[in-house]
Amino acid sequence: MADRRTGGLPLTRRGLLTSGAAAAGALTAHAFTPASATAQAPAARSGTAVEPFHGSHQAGIATSPQAHAVFVGLDLRTGVDREGLGRMMRLLTDDARRLAEGRPALADTEPELAVLPARLTVTFGFGPGLFEAAGTVGLRPRQIAPLPGFSIDKLDKRWSGGDLLVQICADDPMTVTHALRMIVKDVRAFTRVRWTQRGFRRGVGIQEAGQTQRNVMGQLDGTVNPVPGTPEFDRAVWVREGPDWLHGGTTLVLRRIRAEMETWDAADRTAKEFTIGRRMDNGAPLTGTREHDEPDFTKLNAVGLPAISEYAHIRRAHTADPALRIYRRVYNYDEGLSAGGHADSGLVFASYQADITRQFLPVQRRLAEVDLLNEWTTPVGSAVFAIPPGCDSGGWIGEGLLT
Amino acid sequence: MAALLVSGCAAGGTASAAPTAAPASGAPATAAPAASPTSVLSVIDPWVKATDKGMTAAFGTLVNNTDTEVRVVSGASPLSPKIELHEVVESDGKMVMRPKEGGFVIPARGTHQLTPGGDHIMLMGVADKVEPGAEIPFTLTLADGGTLRFTAIGKEFAGGKEDYQPGSGEGGMDMGGEDGGDKG
Repeated sequence: MADRRTGGLPLTRRGLLTSGAAAAGALTAHAFTPASATAQAPAARSGTAVEPFHGSHQAGIATSPQAHAVFVGLDLRTGVDREGLGRMMRLLTDDARRLAEGRPALADTEPELAVLPARLTVTFGFGPGLFEAAGTVGLRPRQIAPLPGFSIDKLDKRWSGGDLLVQICADDPMTVTHALRMIVKDVRAFTRVRWTQRGFRRGVGIQEAGQTQRNVMGQLDGTVNPVPGTPEFDRAVWVREGPDWLHGGTTLVLRRIRAEMETWDAADRTAKEFTIGRRMDNGAPLTGTREHDEPDFTKLNAVGLPAISEYAHIRRAHTADPALRIYRRVYNYDEGLSAGGHADSGLVFASYQADITRQFLPVQRRLAEVDLLNEWTTPVGSAVFAIPPGCDSGGWIGEGLLT
Repeated sequence: MAALLVSGCAAGGTASAAPTAAPASGAPATAAPAASPTSVLSVIDPWVKATDKGMTAAFGTLVNNTDTEVRVVSGASPLSPKIELHEVVESDGKMVMRPKEGGFVIPARGTHQLTPGGDHIMLMGVADKVEPGAEIPFTLTLADGGTLRFTAIGKEFAGGKEDYQPGSGEGGMDMGGEDGGDKG
């Protein structure tokens, strides 16, 4: 048996499952060379998949969401000025570019960990404090400031704020870890780490790409979302107004939203669907039958009340004008259990929009005011960043602001 | 799959290497780096270990673009009054670095790696801080008198801490004396 010769390695099973030739023939060591693996196994193709780093926009926003992410909020060290920020961003851009292409970062001590980029993207954002350090307060878009407080917020400093954002996403957690290690080794001379937020989505190949994912509460999450590659997406996400340096960039509002799983478990399914305004099983609005049916907010039920409650989440979150929608690229988190078995899980809610004031804040105000879902979700972290545009092979991220 | 010469890929954007070095290309892990045929020697991914002062070292991949062997005999940089071409060897069970007799030899159409724990360009008496991301100019002189000029990027790095063993008498170097007289 092949298993005897190979010690039953996981690769053996993949080889058998995906390569008839390997299964039929004697399974020799040759069958485990990278060349044959990439030729045969879909999993190996996922490992070598590359997302382009260069372009007019940074990667990691319109990029189809990868399975794993880490968001890191950093504070600049005292004395880091515009010159220092330029050095920092040139180093970080170089790291991100190489790693995204499956090449080791400069002076990478573990270059073998860089060869499977798994659609790695590294995206950088500038928080309010960075503009002061750079002496470019006049170039800070007014919207790049902490959000106003909302009554539902229970913000914790350990998940909020930050001068610099690094967002690392890939379809493989090991790739994310190595990229994070390489980036942090370069950035820590300039910054201190404020927070680290890890998140996950469904794994590669688990469901059809583009299918709406469920969050930890079981809801189909993000049914109404601008679709990358459409004019609606471009209008909703990419900045065209304000300071020139941010044109082609976007803004990120990163909210950490805890799911109150213990009380959510206590709610029955009817209450859950009433809260959301959608069916739990297929995400259809309570006025429709399929997920993407347009909700009918005027429809009344048998007793003459709105079929979708006045206080239902989808009614409160509804934005009619597609250009004013936010683009959500969310990750789940699940940080472990209390001694009593209670979960610490929820959403790392990443919202990208051209204009926070016109797009994000109105929705957030409506939800804070009234939303049945608020009983089971609590914002515990909040941060705002300008996401500079992308760069070409000779440029670096943030060049337009920092030179 | 080609052997992964880990540093053997095109220079990155920040590593404004020799003006003749290949521009950054999307091709991952190209084992044989492209370089301008007009330059005898080029360097890929040059970097220098960030430091406050004192000793540090520069690394990269030297590429010989000719059909004959090339020998690097000395190095210079405004950063340091004293630069040596070093190797790391075992001495009494310890890895130590010392001046490499004859300098660095790059075979015809070949490459020569300068790495922590291996051959490197040693800088002594560094008086100015080498900041991360700083661009430090270097000049290497070849046996035939030709030069290679490039810019190395400052990079924080934990390794490369071999003990220094001054050159032996046959190399004609007396590091102790030089260090003592160094005013930086």
